[in-house]
Amino acid sequence: MQEAPVSFKLRADRALADPTLKIAIDRTTGTAERKRAVAMTQFPQFEAARERGKRIKNHVIANLDHYLLEFERNAIASGAKVHWASTAEEASQIVVALCKQANAKRVTRVKSMLGEEIGLPHALDEAGIERVETDLAEHIVQLGGDRPSHIVWPSMHRTREQVSEMFKRAHRVPHQEETIEAMVASARRELRDKFLSADVSISGANFLIADTGATCTVTNEGNAELTTTPPRVHIVTAGIEKLVPSTEHAFLMLRLLVRSATGADVTQYTTFHCGPKQAGDRDGPEEFHIVLVDNGRTRMLADPALKEMLRCLRCGACMNHCVVFRQLGGHVYGGTYPGPMGAVLTPVFDGLEQSRDLAHACTMNGKCQEVCPVAIPIPTLLRGWRDRSWREGLEPAAARFGLGIHTFVASRPRLYRLGTAIAIKVMRLFSRGGLVRGMPGLGAWTKYREFPAPAKRSFMAMYKDSEGKR
Amino acid sequence: MTTPQSTSAPPSSPRVGLFVTCLVDAMRPSVGFAALKLLRDAGCRVEVPEAQTCCGQPAFNSGDTADTAVLARRFIETFEGYDYVVGPSGSCVGMTRAHYPEALADDPAWAERARRLGERTYELMSFLVDVMHFTPGDVKLDASFTYHDSCSGLRELGVFAQPRTLLDKVSGLTLKPLEGNDVCCGFGGTFCVKYSSISNAVVTEKTAAIERSGAQLLLGGDLGCLMNMSGKLKRQGSKVRAFHAAEILAGMGKGPAIGEED
Repeated sequence: MQEAPVSFKLRADRALADPTLKIAIDRTTGTAERKRAVAMTQFPQFEAARERGKRIKNHVIANLDHYLLEFERNAIASGAKVHWASTAEEASQIVVALCKQANAKRVTRVKSMLGEEIGLPHALDEAGIERVETDLAEHIVQLGGDRPSHIVWPSMHRTREQVSEMFKRAHRVPHQEETIEAMVASARRELRDKFLSADVSISGANFLIADTGATCTVTNEGNAELTTTPPRVHIVTAGIEKLVPSTEHAFLMLRLLVRSATGADVTQYTTFHCGPKQAGDRDGPEEFHIVLVDNGRTRMLADPALKEMLRCLRCGACMNHCVVFRQLGGHVYGGTYPGPMGAVLTPVFDGLEQSRDLAHACTMNGKCQEVCPVAIPIPTLLRGWRDRSWREGLEPAAARFGLGIHTFVASRPRLYRLGTAIAIKVMRLFSRGGLVRGMPGLGAWTKYREFPAPAKRSFMAMYKDSEGKR
Repeated sequence: MTTPQSTSAPPSSPRVGLFVTCLVDAMRPSVGFAALKLLRDAGCRVEVPEAQTCCGQPAFNSGDTADTAVLARRFIETFEGYDYVVGPSGSCVGMTRAHYPEALADDPAWAERARRLGERTYELMSFLVDVMHFTPGDVKLDASFTYHDSCSGLRELGVFAQPRTLLDKVSGLTLKPLEGNDVCCGFGGTFCVKYSSISNAVVTEKTAAIERSGAQLLLGGDLGCLMNMSGKLKRQGSKVRAFHAAEILAGMGKGPAIGEED
């Protein structure tokens, strides 16, 4: 990540000060939230499907060794070449080496968050290979020279007005009319011949089907199909947690994934890639490579709490429904994955020390868990990071000191009553017209809102008196 | 998420330990007295154990499991002897019910005690409706109100219909629906001061929705969230007044609202 060393809080404040960003976030996540809500009214079996989806993923995760080997066997039988990468660097090096081996001048890429995770865009650029992002939103990200801000809508942070300007600057034959159709047509004109002239295509996978060795990719633009068909070589990169036992299982997961992500019943395109071009096929790649990436996943597998995160389908529902994400957008999170799921994953990839804010910048309201299609207890996992951060001494000394005193006092009821009485007296000293004003220590609250004055005496004190009189 | 919905007859004069909660104790005792009155009206023998302090939620949410366990064990010892434990806060009750077994997981005997006590620990509104089948007596208040469903009560305890059922019995009181009633207000305990600018952005959207509801009163079941929302409303010069739902049900709706001079 090329993030300047700016603190999370500062990044957050910059995002909060950007009204255009807020408009962009609200348009995308608001639409996603509404569409998902409608889809759920037409999906009465959601709870049952979610339970099944959770069990399927849990089963696969518990038997990952078995399914990985089964997948590898079947993929090889279909003519694919399977590569294993234990780290992000290893994975991107394998892909770059395959591109070089194929003498690739130009590669087309289908949006894949795993590709972002392993730093593939950067690695390809470094290797001097022309990289063409074919997903419309990724095309916008590439034009802007920035990073995805959402895992389903990578260019969520751009309004269509901003995109229009970008296209006018960058496209050879830009749109004349300010309509979405005209803008899409402009991108299509720009990208179409590149689709056809690429040497290698690189895609991700939404599912890896163990019993056929196929990979499954969903898109709404058809770019995955157009990207992966003409070039001589197709490389798939996928996290090892993407496995499902069979195509049937993939379809159940697809119902959960698509409705949770966009609210649609199905994506426009659901494509299964199984091996390279066979004799008699009219098209398809001559070489088909699958790079299976660990990058911290087996470490998560060994952790009883984080293991649950391996169920994640990358639908983005958690972020669409997160009050914090909807104020900040994705870049503030600083990692590959933003929002609640990103707050769980980023410490795995980037280390807890530099991402400890993510677990704390959460109100623990539980909405993410409620909408998660595989019922990942995200708040519990975030609290797990808070625990670890506390144990590893990463939390500020002031917090440790304050909570230590608090526990000492709260373990002694008389002292606690005395402390409450003093706090009330002090707050009332600073009170005017029912509100506490200008009291030191309350600044973080009163900067933005009023703090009510407490009653003259505590409940416990008044209760003691009133019960004496009963 | 469990919605405790008992169909059996309410227990006859159960012994209830009132879990006052820190914020109610220090900031707004009227909520505690309202809870006391409602529980007594519902036929409970209510006691307020003097040994109670804080449930440990600040420590738990900071990742300080050791201090949480100290306070959790204290809470269990203090309240274990009662038939029921009832508190006027979804978040504090959620802490003891949903999270004590987690916080004490290293000690199976204590975790089991926590689980057993949790089964008898209720948020006030849900206890009154689900366990006591209580209907408030002759309460009148001519006002319109909107209701914010605080997250812990809603998602950890299934508190949604109960406060509405009770408030519906107050004559003269009409509900104006709140857009995004189940969306977090941005309080989040220490979150609101640790990340105050983010919290402010969230509560600003919430108060806009409250204003759009056109209601005169904002009601809820958690004092923390109510202080956050009413604090923002006050800063914005709003006329909307905030109360804990228990205060309205106990006939205290004519008194000062949160942030008004007593």
